[in-house]
Amino acid sequence: MSRGLIDLDFTVNGKAVSLKAPPAERLSEVLRNRLGLKGTKVGCDAGDCGACSVRIDGILTCACMVAAAQTGGRNVTTVEALAENGQLSRLQDAFLEFGAAQCGICTPGMLVSAATLLEQSPAPSREEVEDALSGVLCRCTGYRKIVDAVMHAAEPRSTAETPSAGDAIGAPIRRLDGEPKVTGRDVFAADDAPDGALVVRVIRSPHHHAGFTFGDLEAFVAETPGIVGVLTAKDIPGENRFGVIPPFADQPAFAEDACRFRGEAAAAIVGDAEVMTGLDLSTFPIEWHERPALLTPNAAQKEDAARLHEGRDNNILIKGRVARGDIAQGFADADAVAEGQFETPFVEHAYIEPEAGFARRVGDRIEIHACTQAPHMDREAMAVVLGLAGDQVRIVPTACGGGFGSKLDISLQPYVALAAWKFGRPVRITYTRPESMMSTTKRHPSEITCRVGAASDGRITAFELRGTFNTGAYASWGPTVANRVPVHGSGPYFIPNYEAEATAVHTNCAPSGAFRGFGVPQGAIAQEAVFDDVADRLGIDPLEFRLRNVLTNGQPTVTGQVFEKSVGIGACLEALRPHWSRAGKEAEEYNAANGSGWRAGIGIASCWYGCGNTSLPNPSTIKVGITPDGGVRLHQGAADIGQGANTVITQICADALGVPVHDIEILSADTDITPDCGKTSASRQTFVTGKAAMLAGYDLKRRILRHANVSEHASFSIGGSTLSVDDADATRTIDLRQLPVDPDGYVFVALETYDPPTRPLDENGQGIPYAVFGYGAQIVELRVDMALGKVHLVKITAAHDVGRAINPVLVEGQIEGGCAQGIGMALMEEYVPGRTENLHDYLIPTFGDVPEIQSLIVEVEDEHGPFGAKGLGEHVLIPTAPAILNAIRHATGARIRRLPATPDRVRQAIREAQGTNV
Amino acid sequence: MLAYEQLDFAGDCVMNYARPDGMEDALNLLADRSWVVLAGGTDFYPAQGDRPLTQPIMDISALEQLRGIREDDEYWHIGGLTTWADIAASALPPAFDALKLAAREVGSVQIQNAGTVAGNLCNASPAADGVPPLLVVDAEVELRSASGVRTLPLSEFITGNRKTARRRDELLVSVRAPKASCAGQSHFLKLGSRRYLVISIAMAAVRLQATDAATVASSGIAAGACSEVATRLPALEADIAGAALDASLPGRIGPVHFKDLSPINDIRGTADYRLEAVEELVRRAIGCCVEKL
Repeated sequence: MSRGLIDLDFTVNGKAVSLKAPPAERLSEVLRNRLGLKGTKVGCDAGDCGACSVRIDGILTCACMVAAAQTGGRNVTTVEALAENGQLSRLQDAFLEFGAAQCGICTPGMLVSAATLLEQSPAPSREEVEDALSGVLCRCTGYRKIVDAVMHAAEPRSTAETPSAGDAIGAPIRRLDGEPKVTGRDVFAADDAPDGALVVRVIRSPHHHAGFTFGDLEAFVAETPGIVGVLTAKDIPGENRFGVIPPFADQPAFAEDACRFRGEAAAAIVGDAEVMTGLDLSTFPIEWHERPALLTPNAAQKEDAARLHEGRDNNILIKGRVARGDIAQGFADADAVAEGQFETPFVEHAYIEPEAGFARRVGDRIEIHACTQAPHMDREAMAVVLGLAGDQVRIVPTACGGGFGSKLDISLQPYVALAAWKFGRPVRITYTRPESMMSTTKRHPSEITCRVGAASDGRITAFELRGTFNTGAYASWGPTVANRVPVHGSGPYFIPNYEAEATAVHTNCAPSGAFRGFGVPQGAIAQEAVFDDVADRLGIDPLEFRLRNVLTNGQPTVTGQVFEKSVGIGACLEALRPHWSRAGKEAEEYNAANGSGWRAGIGIASCWYGCGNTSLPNPSTIKVGITPDGGVRLHQGAADIGQGANTVITQICADALGVPVHDIEILSADTDITPDCGKTSASRQTFVTGKAAMLAGYDLKRRILRHANVSEHASFSIGGSTLSVDDADATRTIDLRQLPVDPDGYVFVALETYDPPTRPLDENGQGIPYAVFGYGAQIVELRVDMALGKVHLVKITAAHDVGRAINPVLVEGQIEGGCAQGIGMALMEEYVPGRTENLHDYLIPTFGDVPEIQSLIVEVEDEHGPFGAKGLGEHVLIPTAPAILNAIRHATGARIRRLPATPDRVRQAIREAQGTNV
Repeated sequence: MLAYEQLDFAGDCVMNYARPDGMEDALNLLADRSWVVLAGGTDFYPAQGDRPLTQPIMDISALEQLRGIREDDEYWHIGGLTTWADIAASALPPAFDALKLAAREVGSVQIQNAGTVAGNLCNASPAADGVPPLLVVDAEVELRSASGVRTLPLSEFITGNRKTARRRDELLVSVRAPKASCAGQSHFLKLGSRRYLVISIAMAAVRLQATDAATVASSGIAAGACSEVATRLPALEADIAGAALDASLPGRIGPVHFKDLSPINDIRGTADYRLEAVEELVRRAIGCCVEKL
């Protein structure tokens, strides 16, 4: 279509370019689609995220808000210009050195912003870096390591650590998949599609609940040039139903007669890319019939409320329960009781990469290339929707620009796959930011009541927690939340008399699903608050109170599980002790020196989190092989969503096998190539897949040594196609080229599966839900502007028991990123369907909102985990929000009961605490 | 004039994009038909979302003469296409410190580099960061069309939430402030739920001018995000006229001075909170001006 194109001449990264483009097309689109420069990322198309930052004549700007015509005659510089002759700039190198890139989707925008700053200020202060980079959002790192990298970018290049055989574990090596993340070459979901791929766009409900009728779809297709066809529920060859937990699968790819939430799909249009980009979706022939909507569990549980799903009475999806001892007796024995009601909202994952991908039909198979946390689950779900056998579906995960739980669920996959299957051509899609926010899963809103009783010596006698969770229109991970909350509701404490119940209730909201912690963070907010309150009543210091009740080896958890070793919460709290007394003293001094305008406070909270599925099978399988030319290939099927599975799993396998970690070639997740490593969720990859990698490494080594006919204490090394074995008394060499080769091309290969030992929970929730828990505790220091209710964070000290830190830099990265998300949850994040579907009304922390974070890595070895390692990913977020709320109370006397603690709510709570509310 | 003839194609949409590089061309085109005006793009593109561009777009970014700051005997002039980064880096007198502080709070660095003063005013958001600091220097806007020039006080130019007095054939070419109103010290405070990239819950701009006897000679005080249009607080200005410029000054401020504001309840804050907060912000901004004087 030549209509309205102009000739455009400008310079990109030093090279003159001439092209035709619509004059007002966004520069980001010109760079990505017309020039193939995909290093410039698009996260919001609204200037809110800065992922598309480029320089025009040296000036930093968001390419999504620049008209193509405005670049005529000018010099545009993108991330691709940073490396020269294939050599990383020192800035890029520093990003790798400091672990400043996790998922990598914001990294190009960060690098371009940082390069702009460094030209003017080669050795910037922390504040200068924060100011200069503040226009770019990151959801993974918590920003601290990015600032560190930029501040040190003027220093000489340091040599990357390359541990020798056996020394990988515990080494802070750079991410093995890091380099493409800093050059802009990493291929994210929106960055790749076959030439000429069609585009599919989805028609979504503008109402929370609405019936719909289609107009003349055939006429629409016939009359709109470039449109190939329309998809509706009728086009689904298999079952129009998916869900992450098969017995609860209830979500249609296309609604059949009514949409149950705003953003639910009713149809999709498929057509040529240029036509689809310019298509006004409001011209699609559909009529909406708005229906009354149930937006809260309260409304949905009323007797006369309409039912969202047959068979789910009172709109209750499921209840979870754990009970132990006798709480009536426990409360009767208490000398002090504290209770409270707490409310948390929907929280949006807000990864900077909106969902995207493409599908193509290859014979009688379908290939889906998309961002995902769960390739094998996607495969099973898509086989059902498409009516295909599992092996007819191939899932190829792209680099994933953040997930945090939401990319466990199906999103775009059915639309590209159905279109590619039906029309026989490759089809792609990229969600817009509002589309991503309105249609994908959220953290469950919660209403939690809890009560704790303690004896005068500070020992907890009873604890009770009841929570109602808004699970939205479809099941998603609602059952997991309902199960996890009662199991974890006690926190990592010994509680003899316990009762906890969680109820997941359907509403006409976006489905609530998995989000870092599966409901446990919401429960911890309530539990850690009433712990502080009861300690206060008993006159016991909050840290001391926690230490008196801490779970220890040999004591039963609330589900009756007993760990003989590996309970690490005591060690975490002890590690915090000196920091707690220092922070307390500093807060006291601050308050004595300052008037009543600003008050300092400190707060503490703990966490525990079971790694892996709750009482369900949960295996991972790892394959590792050696090729005739001496290559070691690791089939690593755990989706790396930025957390570092590609690196950590490889470090584990390297040491088990006994080869240098950098000698291993990684084959990342692809359902045709890598065995099933389960989903990247539940903090399970380091533990479960890591264990499989350890077992596979050991097994491969055993096979090699057995082949060489030496003892199991021998070691080996590989030099090209020669494998040398050293035993106590002799050295032998094996010519790998002389060995038989299996169909995968290996001369030695090992395949090992690990499934953590768990046992089902009975009707009182008693049993063995997890083989491994990880533990942690955090101290928050903050100041509150009393007149405005603004909270200023000063420092977070985070002690986390990871069993064994496989890679300390990645551990710190998880801690800092988790704290940042906890800060957001505590202070600013609230998703309101229909109101905050963008990144300027939905606020996540920026560079200026994350304080200094000191990580204390605690290593209490686990009996199951690989080399003693425990999971970490979710733990890190749990203590942050409750510690912030406890610190606000310490500073002001005000107890925040409704999150987020925005300035107006903090101010109101202060007024109530001061008795000045009228 | 860039790209304008090239877009002259058959059909009912004759020109859907023009980027004139001369003022006369721009104004003649504007007189011709209705255009959406595009400059820095920082409001235009976010509002566009994924909808196709269908309205005719007049891209005025090539009108370089509209960018920059100058003074004459009577006025300070800020060209409509002056960016927020230009303002932050400018040598404007201290009465514009409030504006310079606001310039550093408009969105992000990227937005400050692209977004223009005229765009901020014409977009007319109740939370526009640029408006309160311009109100306190009695800013006026210069609107130009093929048929002439008119000048309106800024307070009359913005008429409501996303509403202005700009006729569709006019361009906001410049903002000017009378030098008599550009004396003294100024300060700006913005309150949001996060440090960067945030839309105001409330904001305050204050300009104070001192007499030789260290009393308030004149003042300009404005509140933003607390009514449909940011507004001056004349009752407060009258009450502090002649008052001693010392630590007692902020204490003269009370709720009565804010009773004409009409903040809304929304996701960013309650109406009651906004009223309480803006009073505190004004008090603090006055305190900062007193310290500087």
